[in-house]
Amino acid sequence: MSKWDISDMGSWKASQFPRGAVIPDAGNSRDYVTGGWRSMRPVRNVETCTECLICWISCPDSAVRVADEKLAADPETFNLDHCKGCGICANECPVEAITMVPEGCELPGVK
Amino acid sequence: MAEQKTLATTGNSVVAEAFRQCAPDVVAAYPITPQTTIVEEFAKIVAQGRVHTEYVCVESEHSAMSACIGASAAGARVMTATASQGLALMWEELYIASGMRLPIVMANANRALSAPINIHCDHSDIMGARDAGWIVLFAETAQEAYDNTLMAIPIAEDSEVLLPVMTCLDGFITTHSVDRVQVMDDETVTSFVGEYTPENALLDIENPVSHGNFAGLGGPYFEFKRSQREAIDASKAVVERVGAAFSKLSGRPFGLIETDMMDDAELAIVVIGSTAGNVRHVAKQLRAEGVKAGVVKIRCFRPFPATELAAALRGVKAVAVLDRSESFGAEGGPLYLETRSALYDAEHRPPVVNYVYGLGGSDVKLELIRSVYTDLSDIATGTTAPAGMQYLGAR
Repeated sequence: MSKWDISDMGSWKASQFPRGAVIPDAGNSRDYVTGGWRSMRPVRNVETCTECLICWISCPDSAVRVADEKLAADPETFNLDHCKGCGICANECPVEAITMVPEGCELPGVK
Repeated sequence: MAEQKTLATTGNSVVAEAFRQCAPDVVAAYPITPQTTIVEEFAKIVAQGRVHTEYVCVESEHSAMSACIGASAAGARVMTATASQGLALMWEELYIASGMRLPIVMANANRALSAPINIHCDHSDIMGARDAGWIVLFAETAQEAYDNTLMAIPIAEDSEVLLPVMTCLDGFITTHSVDRVQVMDDETVTSFVGEYTPENALLDIENPVSHGNFAGLGGPYFEFKRSQREAIDASKAVVERVGAAFSKLSGRPFGLIETDMMDDAELAIVVIGSTAGNVRHVAKQLRAEGVKAGVVKIRCFRPFPATELAAALRGVKAVAVLDRSESFGAEGGPLYLETRSALYDAEHRPPVVNYVYGLGGSDVKLELIRSVYTDLSDIATGTTAPAGMQYLGAR
């Protein structure tokens, strides 16, 4: 959580917003859940994946989780609060270990 | 009262001098008639090293205002100037500057809009931008153009306001005619305009912020517009406060509206800009003939001084509003619509008529103004019915 708490933004009055639509604090985009924009979800095949991390480098939303140079284990591999389902990871994967599957329900809430 | 020096100078030249005295960090501008000599003279002042300003030569007014917005968001004091097609080309950035709450100060040398192409005075340019969220001040004379420029800085930068301010002067009539102007010394101006402390400067790397953000569907766009409305409404008190402080310093009056001979006036003309001088001259002649003529000049158009205008017009028998711009397809010109609306809730509602005049620099002769007062007299006595909007002096 950043210094600027926006968790209750939906109930703010006009006077509570920073003037000029300025975001007065850095690094708070992690608090802004964008996963709800997704219609397709990436699924990794752990058998074929070589852990080359090209998906991690390619992800425009930094939504591929890596620790100690290894991908996080399922179901934590992809941060679904921020993955927008663009499919770049699946497209870039050299061994075709990532498949995009249609989303059903249980999408994270969007602020 | 501050000691002052009297100069014989043009409106544009003295606005350039006011810019120098305000010491903006950044000026990004593109030359356009009749604003050109403001930026030309200011560029020379920069080249001579007489001000620390970063002067940005851009390729268009669209870029000029864009650069001003970027510089202002970075935390700079920013000034610029434009006119006519240039202001029109800035259209989208005007709304961005006010929406981002950036206290940019811009001089506008009022000029007609094409087509047909015309470089002379009318208020079509600024009236097209009247709802863009800028505070709008008008000058009648070169003196007022100088004064408005100095007042614009502390108004725009007031922590309760943080809105851009446009200071308008009539193209050629005020921008290019040599006039008598009193100017203050640099120390007095420096202390009056004060130092600018930006609220959210991009260059403040200790406190990183983000400007120009998204507030789309389901987001707080509506709430941001509401706070902008509240800010421009609240700016009225700041304009008055800064105006009163400047009046004390300069010895010259300042009001959102300025009235002449209105105490017992029966026939009133409401006017903006340089034509106020013509109207005042005719009203004085008519007073000598026993006609109770009066003049109301609007100096601050946004926020619109509706209450003050209604109070000034209390008791008059007929009102004529002079508009130096069209609002094609509307009941009349912009000032007419505002004036009629301001009077709607008044206890006594006088007949109000509208004259569109002087478009494209068309000459505003004294006999034309006199004919307006004659019409008002006929309306007041019931000889003729109010005729709504008319073109004054057009063939």
